[in-house]
Amino acid sequence: MTNITALIDASIYSQSVCDHAAWLAQRTSTGVDVIHVLGRRDVSSAPVNLSGNLDANARDTLLVELASLDEQKAKLAHKRGRLLLDEAKARLHEDGVDEVTTKLRNGDIVEAIHDFEDESSFIVIGKRGEAADFASMHLGSNLERVVRATHKPVLVAARAFKPIERFLIAYDGGASAMKAIEHVAASPAFKGLACRVLSVGTDTGGVRQQLEEAATKLRDKAGMSVETDILNGQPDAVIAGAVRNDNIDLVVMGAYGHSRIRSLIIGSTTTEMIRSCLVPIMLFR
Amino acid sequence: MQHFLQPAQQSQLANPAHGPIIPIGNASLARNLSTTRQLPGRANRHDGLESSLNTDFLYTMRSEWFGNIRGDVLAGLVVALALIPEAIAFSIIAGVDPKVGLYASFSIAVITAIVGGRPGMISAATAATAVLMVTLVRDHGLEYLLVATVLAGLIQVLAGAVRLARVMRFVSRSVMTGFVNALAILIFLAQLPELIDVPWLTYVMVAGGLAIIYLLPLLTKAIPSPLICILVLTGLTLGLDLDLRTVGDMGDLPSDLPIFLLPDVPFNLNTLLIVLPYSAAIAVVGLLESLMTASIVDELTDTTSNKNRECVGQGVANMATGFIGGMAGCAMIGQSVINVKSGGRGRLSTFCAGIFLLILCVVLGDWVKQVPMAALVAIMIMVSIGTFSWASLGNLRTHPRSSSIVMLATVVTVVATHNLAIGVLVGVLLSGILFAWKIAQVFQITSTLSEDGAARTYVVEGQVFFASADDFLAAFDFREALDRVTIDVSRAHIWDISSVASLDTVVLKFRREGAEVEIVGLNQASETIVDKLAIHDKPGAIERLMGH
Repeated sequence: MTNITALIDASIYSQSVCDHAAWLAQRTSTGVDVIHVLGRRDVSSAPVNLSGNLDANARDTLLVELASLDEQKAKLAHKRGRLLLDEAKARLHEDGVDEVTTKLRNGDIVEAIHDFEDESSFIVIGKRGEAADFASMHLGSNLERVVRATHKPVLVAARAFKPIERFLIAYDGGASAMKAIEHVAASPAFKGLACRVLSVGTDTGGVRQQLEEAATKLRDKAGMSVETDILNGQPDAVIAGAVRNDNIDLVVMGAYGHSRIRSLIIGSTTTEMIRSCLVPIMLFR
Repeated sequence: MQHFLQPAQQSQLANPAHGPIIPIGNASLARNLSTTRQLPGRANRHDGLESSLNTDFLYTMRSEWFGNIRGDVLAGLVVALALIPEAIAFSIIAGVDPKVGLYASFSIAVITAIVGGRPGMISAATAATAVLMVTLVRDHGLEYLLVATVLAGLIQVLAGAVRLARVMRFVSRSVMTGFVNALAILIFLAQLPELIDVPWLTYVMVAGGLAIIYLLPLLTKAIPSPLICILVLTGLTLGLDLDLRTVGDMGDLPSDLPIFLLPDVPFNLNTLLIVLPYSAAIAVVGLLESLMTASIVDELTDTTSNKNRECVGQGVANMATGFIGGMAGCAMIGQSVINVKSGGRGRLSTFCAGIFLLILCVVLGDWVKQVPMAALVAIMIMVSIGTFSWASLGNLRTHPRSSSIVMLATVVTVVATHNLAIGVLVGVLLSGILFAWKIAQVFQITSTLSEDGAARTYVVEGQVFFASADDFLAAFDFREALDRVTIDVSRAHIWDISSVASLDTVVLKFRREGAEVEIVGLNQASETIVDKLAIHDKPGAIERLMGH
């Protein structure tokens, strides 16, 4: 039995993550696993002793001191983590999801994902984490890492949840876009929604044909109403415009087709998209 | 892996009629599947983790370098201030100009920061390697030391490349304690020339310096007390115009940035033979101290490190250092502890320590010359006291005698030879022998006589190997006149050729006394012979080793 995995932290996005997870859970009639990862131990706030000298047994006393500091911090983090999880559980119950489990984990979020992704059908995460509240256009540092680390579809929650009736598939003909189409056609999560498949680029016969094939698949398998479209321009700007003008509630797309090095230098369309569209985005990789 | 399997393939695999799994055409796929069956999901999930952590390279880089910028820069400054007197002192130990140690400390710190395997560990010119160079410098000069440094680096790179770090498992806790204690004693002994036959004023200055170092932190922990010690003693010397030896008397200090140069020696076999023993010793000691320090930093920060990468990093650093006129070095226990204590955690701390060191030396060179040796001696005494494991003295009484013997033997050997490599070798060998001694006692032979008195059954239990072979032989009574002897070795482990030979001897002796000899369970017992240790890989190996 696979569940929806919701990743939460103390950011304002966590409530919306719960709502999005609840939406998916109800549509797919599954439960939700809420996970809070405590993360790598924060080392930067250790009290600084700049005396630069070595006492007798300096090593041992330092070890004891550091260990007890870490212990206190860890206990605090556990307490806070459990509170967050309880809050999330309550929210999910409110949203009508009965089957909710919570997990508190140590370590890196990517390691955690690898340990539970086999039991999960969707991963839900907020656009930004608790440390990123100060700059509204920046994405959380873990988001890209999570998306790159998992084979499962990732739903990136927007700041607040809005019922989803109409969604847009950004179609570029790539492998991950194909995967997205297949998944959308097969998953109960999208049944009965209105769908618009949009391709950005020049309108050639080949693209048109691919688009129609995708649309046919969605109509036949999932029975949804599908419109297709080819628009010219910068992908992120065009799609963001379509989302605004067409009352789109969710964008589905393939993600991070390029290497990290490449996206470091020329930037990533995926990152731009998540940033500029103010709706939730579901990513397939 | 699982997700990409087509349903058709799965059914093929599951269907025994299709024969072995291999014909599918993708051997690694098949292997993954077969492990998946034994341990659902576990094995291939791990593969995935590794590959995605590799693509996480940039993230790791960023957190190792810039995860703790403020703490790292501050700690780097504290460490640089502490490195200067040490680099000068270790140059003096090796018999070279202070600038040789200072350039070395700069380059080793900066390079290990970039290529090393343990973020936050401080490497520079060290006492452990300096004491090995004394005779080379005295007999052949600085240029040969530079060649030896490059060669030592090369050896270390090779050691890292063949993953020699795992050999560290043979260095027991007692040997490590012996190592740090011996190191502390060597550092202290190196200060004696500055403390014997000197004006009484020197003692006053050293005592004053030590008082500042240890007492100032009680007042404030915001400024490095060794720095204040240097400033106050230098100020006193200059202000009162005291006639004391200064750092400037010990040789050249850096006046500009280091440059690349080839050592000025004939590149022939003779040179190689001169430097090789020194290089080998430096390489071994350097790696030992570096890996030991890496474990200490691992423990302090509760993180892990890549030990083989550290070996390569130390090697690269030493090779480069030889070419800019610096002496060989390695990781420093004391400085690394100071770094962690000052809040340094990332690579940036080591990097900053190296950069600050060079800037301070080049900019303040004329002032550094004025520092009295007494200040340096005081700081080195502090390092010596801080390096020594004082708890080990108390443990001498409470720990098992064998571990105390190993620790003391290591210390004594090092102090006698001034070579930490020999000390560690002695310690490791001794701990091996003492361990064999202990295990040899896990052994007994019992026997029962048959009712008619003509037959006896010997039951051998425990470990039979070279150290217990004699006891094994002595446990049989060949004077007893018997018709039949049964030796049951099914509950024993025969580890080596010595024990096989002893068993042969026993059989032969009984036959010569006219007895029929039967050995029971030999196949089981001899499965443990060293050359067949591969059985550990097979399922149930532990049960067979321990159970019978």
